[in-house]
Amino acid sequence: MAEFENPDVLLAAARRAYEEGYRYMDAYTPLPVEGLAEALGRRRTWVPLIVLIGGLIGCLGGFYLQYWVAVLDYPINVGGRPLNSWPSFIPVTFELTVLVAALFAVFGLLALCGLPMPYHPVFNVRRFELASRSRFFLCIEARDPLFDRQRTWQFLESTCPRGVYDVEH
Amino acid sequence: MPPDEPEVTSETESPLPLIGPGYDYVAVTDKISSIVLTQPTPRVWYIGFGISFVLVLILLYAVAYLFSVGVGVWGINIPVAWGFAIVNFVWWIGIGHAGTLISAILLLMRQKWRNSINRFAEAMTLFAVACAGMFPLLHLGRPWFFYWLFPYPSTMGIQPQFRSPLVWDVFAVSTYFTVSLLFWYLGLIPDLATLRDRARKRLPRFVYGILAMGWRGSAIHWHRYEMAYLLLAGLATPLVVSVHTVVSFDFSIALVPGWHSTIFPPYFVAGAIYSGFAMVLVLAIPIRALYGLEDFITLRHLRNMGEIMLATGLIVAYGYLMETFMAWYSGNLYEWSMMLNRMFGSYGYMYWLLMLFNVLVPQTIWIPRIRTNVPALFAISLSVLFGMWLERYVIIVVSLSRDFLPTAWGQYAGTIWDYATLAGSIGLFLTLMFLFIRFLPMISIFEMRAILPKPDNMSPR
Repeated sequence: MAEFENPDVLLAAARRAYEEGYRYMDAYTPLPVEGLAEALGRRRTWVPLIVLIGGLIGCLGGFYLQYWVAVLDYPINVGGRPLNSWPSFIPVTFELTVLVAALFAVFGLLALCGLPMPYHPVFNVRRFELASRSRFFLCIEARDPLFDRQRTWQFLESTCPRGVYDVEH
Repeated sequence: MPPDEPEVTSETESPLPLIGPGYDYVAVTDKISSIVLTQPTPRVWYIGFGISFVLVLILLYAVAYLFSVGVGVWGINIPVAWGFAIVNFVWWIGIGHAGTLISAILLLMRQKWRNSINRFAEAMTLFAVACAGMFPLLHLGRPWFFYWLFPYPSTMGIQPQFRSPLVWDVFAVSTYFTVSLLFWYLGLIPDLATLRDRARKRLPRFVYGILAMGWRGSAIHWHRYEMAYLLLAGLATPLVVSVHTVVSFDFSIALVPGWHSTIFPPYFVAGAIYSGFAMVLVLAIPIRALYGLEDFITLRHLRNMGEIMLATGLIVAYGYLMETFMAWYSGNLYEWSMMLNRMFGSYGYMYWLLMLFNVLVPQTIWIPRIRTNVPALFAISLSVLFGMWLERYVIIVVSLSRDFLPTAWGQYAGTIWDYATLAGSIGLFLTLMFLFIRFLPMISIFEMRAILPKPDNMSPR
């Protein structure tokens, strides 16, 4: 794991590491860095699709709930209005669309990120606590096929880091 | 011109900075986290918290009395069955709107100045909605049956009436609360991780650690996080508009003169944002003075919020004008007599006070010197908050007290218990706010890092 002083050096290092062929790696930053995930080879996320599915479930489920209540289960004739008076079902349908989509967004995000995860090996590096303050880290994982203790260390040293550390786990 | 540059109104007014000079990642992080972790709690905090907590006790007493005796302890009766409870409900939920507006709409519009005020504005939203939600429940008469409003598999086979705006309200408000909570918590996660890493004592370390859920700032997580945050903002944006629209449907779907009006949804939404920004200013001004945050919540933030208040205030004023015009132009006898009664009837003084506080006083924001004058902005915001409360009162009470038939007319006045519940809800709100600024980062740390100028020590090693 290498520590960097600012996002640009990290970004350059991540790009170089990707070019070298490293794939199992991750960067840790105190703020979102534009283009970093792409530099690590992640272009797409499933988040929008999950939110869309949540929204559709909320929308259709919300409308069906009201249809079921007002037409099938408990029909009440209010002043001769049609049982399926859909315009008055719009507000609840809309609210449930937003609600389920939002729930899917947050819990989908947590699930994708594997959170909550109170233990992670990177926390074993003492200086890692700076990752939530001011420093930028790039970590190449040992399971990467190209990983070689000596060579990876040298490679990280060559990317102008502030320091290179071993991550115990 | 970049969109976040406000128009410079005169030659002499230089663009104000977003953040004070000389801050980098370390300074921003340490300054905000030290308020929670290391700084001694200011004495004013204890005094303020004590006063608000006394108000909470009053609220508990008033609610306990209400439960034991019934809603008759309030001033409500027929014809005015919606008294303080609904006035307070609409007022509080409106106040909540500024938080979502700042965090969602301004995020989508890439307004960077939102970053230093969004966190506590969102907290304000949550607490205001909590206060708001309390009132309809208390107003039910049998609040322990509140769950009848939800479509649950009841053994009695009875279902809620989905054609009723009151049921829409239940869905709108509970969705609003849930989505605001999710949005707020999602924004907090990276900052909780910062607090976890910065805390030196065991207990805070443990608590913030649990709450941060193991966030480690991974680039891939950030990638998804930003997407999710943006989508949530996109979802919350129509929600802001819809919630108060649904609240206004409670009125405009009815046939009561003074309520049955198509202007209500936009006019209610504008009023909500208006009072919400007033509340943000009322909170932000003392907090920045108390914790020395003038570098983060700068004059520019205050001025921008003042300008939004002015804009929404004008929309609200247009609403008043249109209401009056339509009452006259429609030629509807009942509408017009209601309007005359509103202006010159037994509650007439309230209408004119409302015009003073809500329409006239905020016009002073046009003056550039007032716009950047902190005490003046504070006073104007208080005036707006009071004016908006009066507006809800005028709409609800005056319309109900003079219905179609003179035999059904009646006067209304709040009782001591009405006032106790209102004061108590303000106390509850402030108590939660005090706890929030004490235990959580009131300014979003990671978003503040994002608006900093890039560090210039670019030279490698």
